[in-house]
Order: sequence, then structure tokens, then C-alpha cells
Amino acid sequence: MFEVLQFEFMRNALVAGLLASIICGIIGTFVVVNRIAFLAGGIAHAAYGGIGLAFFFGLPYIVGTLGFTLFAAMIMAAVTLKARDRADTFIGVLWAGGMGLGVLLLDLTPGYNVDLMSYLFGSILAVPQSDLWQMLVMCLSVGLIVIFFYNDFLAMSYDEEFAQLRGVPVKGLYFLLIGMIALSIVMIIRVVGLILVIALLTIPPYIAEKYARSLSMMMLISTLLCCMFTMTGLWLSYIFNLTSGATIIMVAVAAFFISFLVQYLNSRRLYSKAIGD
Amino acid sequence: MDKPVIDIKNLWFSFNGEPVLQDVNFTLYHKEFLAMIGPNGGGKTTLLKLMLGLFEADRGEIRVFGRPPKQVAHRIGYVPQDIHINKNFPISVLDVVLMGKLRSGISWSHYKKDDRITAQAALKKVEMEQFKNRHIDELSGGQRQRVFIARALVTEPEILILDEPTASVDAKGQGEIYTILKDLNEKVTILVVSHDLLALSSYIKSVACVNRRVHFHGAAEVTEEMLEMAYQCPVELIAHGLPHRVLRTHNGD
Repeated sequence: MFEVLQFEFMRNALVAGLLASIICGIIGTFVVVNRIAFLAGGIAHAAYGGIGLAFFFGLPYIVGTLGFTLFAAMIMAAVTLKARDRADTFIGVLWAGGMGLGVLLLDLTPGYNVDLMSYLFGSILAVPQSDLWQMLVMCLSVGLIVIFFYNDFLAMSYDEEFAQLRGVPVKGLYFLLIGMIALSIVMIIRVVGLILVIALLTIPPYIAEKYARSLSMMMLISTLLCCMFTMTGLWLSYIFNLTSGATIIMVAVAAFFISFLVQYLNSRRLYSKAIGD
Repeated sequence: MDKPVIDIKNLWFSFNGEPVLQDVNFTLYHKEFLAMIGPNGGGKTTLLKLMLGLFEADRGEIRVFGRPPKQVAHRIGYVPQDIHINKNFPISVLDVVLMGKLRSGISWSHYKKDDRITAQAALKKVEMEQFKNRHIDELSGGQRQRVFIARALVTEPEILILDEPTASVDAKGQGEIYTILKDLNEKVTILVVSHDLLALSSYIKSVACVNRRVHFHGAAEVTEEMLEMAYQCPVELIAHGLPHRVLRTHNGD
């Protein structure tokens, strides 16, 4: 199987998968413990409107998509803070609106037929070197921000009111967190597609949460799981000649159900042991 | 019991147009041990959050240590209701307590060696030192409350505010928590929201009934009316263990 590594596109795909895993492991952990998976999904889909804008106005991908996605994400963050009980509806509207806007703008873009699928499922086998550098910078920035604010983020995620009483700037940190999520999603969509972004942001941290004893350990386990899913998915897609993004997702989803089953059997075993005693 | 640490005058507060608190006057003195009772939805937690500066009053004045609550909230130790906290969160007991050592504002959020020593000392005070590396999820309700009290203690509070600390705790655990609070009361003013007025009655110095309005009962006299408020059904008092009970009606009701 190692002979595939002689192809540059395969090496790039592996590096892209690794970098995406690190970003998803860190950011996804915050998404899961703060229970904002729906918000992250909303950001990922609203990003599609940004892609449409970028093509329609002939802007560079990063400028158009990041600008629009950050804008949508900040609105979602503000609504979540102001009216928590109505936030889900609002996010749903931006989710659908972003998608619709994106498709219409691509329709209206003259002479260009962009492949919708490549943004839904990504094209990890066609990642150019320049994207890898962007992802590396992204990885380092997210890493540094999280190290600097680690305990503040931890307190905000665990008990927001207490953090606020201690003078932690929870509102600012919340916007920073949502901003980082938006930035990560925009970066990774181009590589793995928006559906895979959501899968990688939520599934590995969900499994990791059960075994981790600290937030940092959860990030580490999530990153390792992300890597495992990406590498296994890529390998299977190469062997069976399948779509890489969808294969990675199915590996992650299979792992999700296996972890569920293991947990169920464990609790059964503990239960029957307790009865037996 | 000299000067007031919390002083509230003619306070009004409404939520989505619904009045929650009306014309509240409230004074808490230094080294007081006050129990706050009242029906669910009567405004107890709201009143606490107003004192902590988490909510803004519609009308009236709140002074904590003579200043607006937001400026001095860091001098209050807060033990929130257990139910609002995510139990699966991956965090150890020691890390929860260390949260009390967070610095305000924007700076590198790391803990120093001193912070860890202080946190461990606080855990020792509530007899939870041997659990410091446990996952918070592995503790019983009473043990978890003691950890939250330790977290409030490392902030070196002058007032300790607890919101239903014994809601999910068995009788033995309740007694342990109240004993800890009684010891702390030698230095710290304590305000506790609770439904177990009978269990509390030998520790507290006064009672406030909160049901939109606030009524005060100076010395620790447990009245039938207070118990009705606490348990939300008529209660008959039995003399055992309640030697100083006096029945008094609220003025103006």
C-alpha cells in the first residue's frame, strides 16, 4: 500500500487530512462541549452563499467566502447570546438562506458551471500545495489562541456564569470561538467539503468525550481519531476506487455506531455484574 | 452585624413583561447566615443574579459593599444550582476548583503553583482532597456541591451565595454541607437558597421569604407560614426541635 505515496496528490491528500484533523480535533471539541453542533452546521452551509458571492463577483475564494461566512457566523453568535430560545430557528434560516443564495449566484454567474459536489464532499485528492500552507498557518493560529485562552475557554464552556463573575470576558471569547469555527470551516471546506467538515467536527469529539478526563485530552483523542478516519477512508477509497470524502465520512459514522455499541455492551456487562453480585 | 454588605431599596424587575420582583427591600448584614425560601418561580434565583450583577434591575437600587454589584461581584463567592452544569464535561475536580483562580481581563490564562496549592487547601477544607484527580462525573451530588463550595472559597469571598446547594443531596450529605457552612460563617456572610428549612433551622440566623415580594424574619424563627412557602403545602409544626417558633403574619398581604 505504500507505493501510493509516490504520487504527489496522495502525499498532499495525507498532509491535508492531517492538518484538517488537528484543526477539527481542537475546534470540534469546543463545538461538542458547548453543544453548538447545529450552529457549526449553520456556518458550514451559510458558507455556500459566500462561495456563490466569490464566483459571481470574481473575488478570490478566501475573500468572498470568509467575508460572508464570518458575517453570517457573527449574526448567529449574537442571536445565540441575545435570545437563546429562538436561536435554533434563526440559525436554520441562515443555513437555508446561505445555501439558496449560493446556488442562485452560481446560476447567474455567466459561463461558469461549478461542480456543487466538490464543495459538498470536497476534493481531498486535488489539494494544491498553496492550500496546505494556508492550512498550516491556520493550524498554528488556532493552536496559539487556544493555548493562550485555554483556561478561560474551559471555564466559559463549563460554567459561563461563574467565568463571567470572575471577570473572564465571556462574550468576547464566545465571538472569538465562533470566529475561529467559521475560519476553520472555510479553510477545510475547500479540502474536504462542508459535509465532511461537520462529520469531522462532531463525531471524533463525541467519541473522545467519553474517555477524556480533560478538555486538552479530549482534543488530543479527537485529533487522533480524525487522523485515523481520514487515513482509513483515503486508503479504502483508493483500494475500492470510491469517492474519498464520502468514504472518510462513512468510516467516521461506522466508528460512531461502534463506539455506541461498545458503550451499550459495557453498561450491560456492568449491570449484569451488579445483579450477579 | 454592624453595617450592611448588601443593601437593596425599592427594587423592581420584570422578565419579558412579566413582573418577577416587586418593590423589594433587602438588607444583608456582615456575618449574617440567611436562608432564602419561596415557591419555584417566586424570584429567588433572579434576586441572587441581580445581587451578582448578572441581571439589571428595572427600577430601584442595589448596593453591594456600598457599590454597584458589577464592580464588586468578584468579592462574592457563588455556588450555582447543580442542574445547570453539564455533567459529562471532561474535567477533573481540581480543575473545577482552579476556575476560582482565573484572572479577570485578557491575559495568558495559565495557573501558577500557588493557585494549585490554594485550590488543594480549599478541597481539604471541604474534605474532598482525596478526590482531586477524579472526573467530576464520578462524584455524588453532595460531593459535587462540596467541590463547588471549594471553588467559591478559593476566590476568597466576603459573601458566599449558594443556590439550592442540597437539592440533589441525601440527608447525611446535607448535614455535612451545613456544618461546613456554619464553620465558614465565622468569617464569611452566607446567603443560601433552600427548601429544607427544618434541616437548616439550627444553623441560620434569619430567613427571607421571596415570592415576588420579600419578607424578612429576623432571628431564626421558623413559622408555619415559612414552611408553607418552603414546601408549598400546609404544614403543621411539631414542637420537637423548634423551641422558638413564633407565628407572625406578613404585613400588607
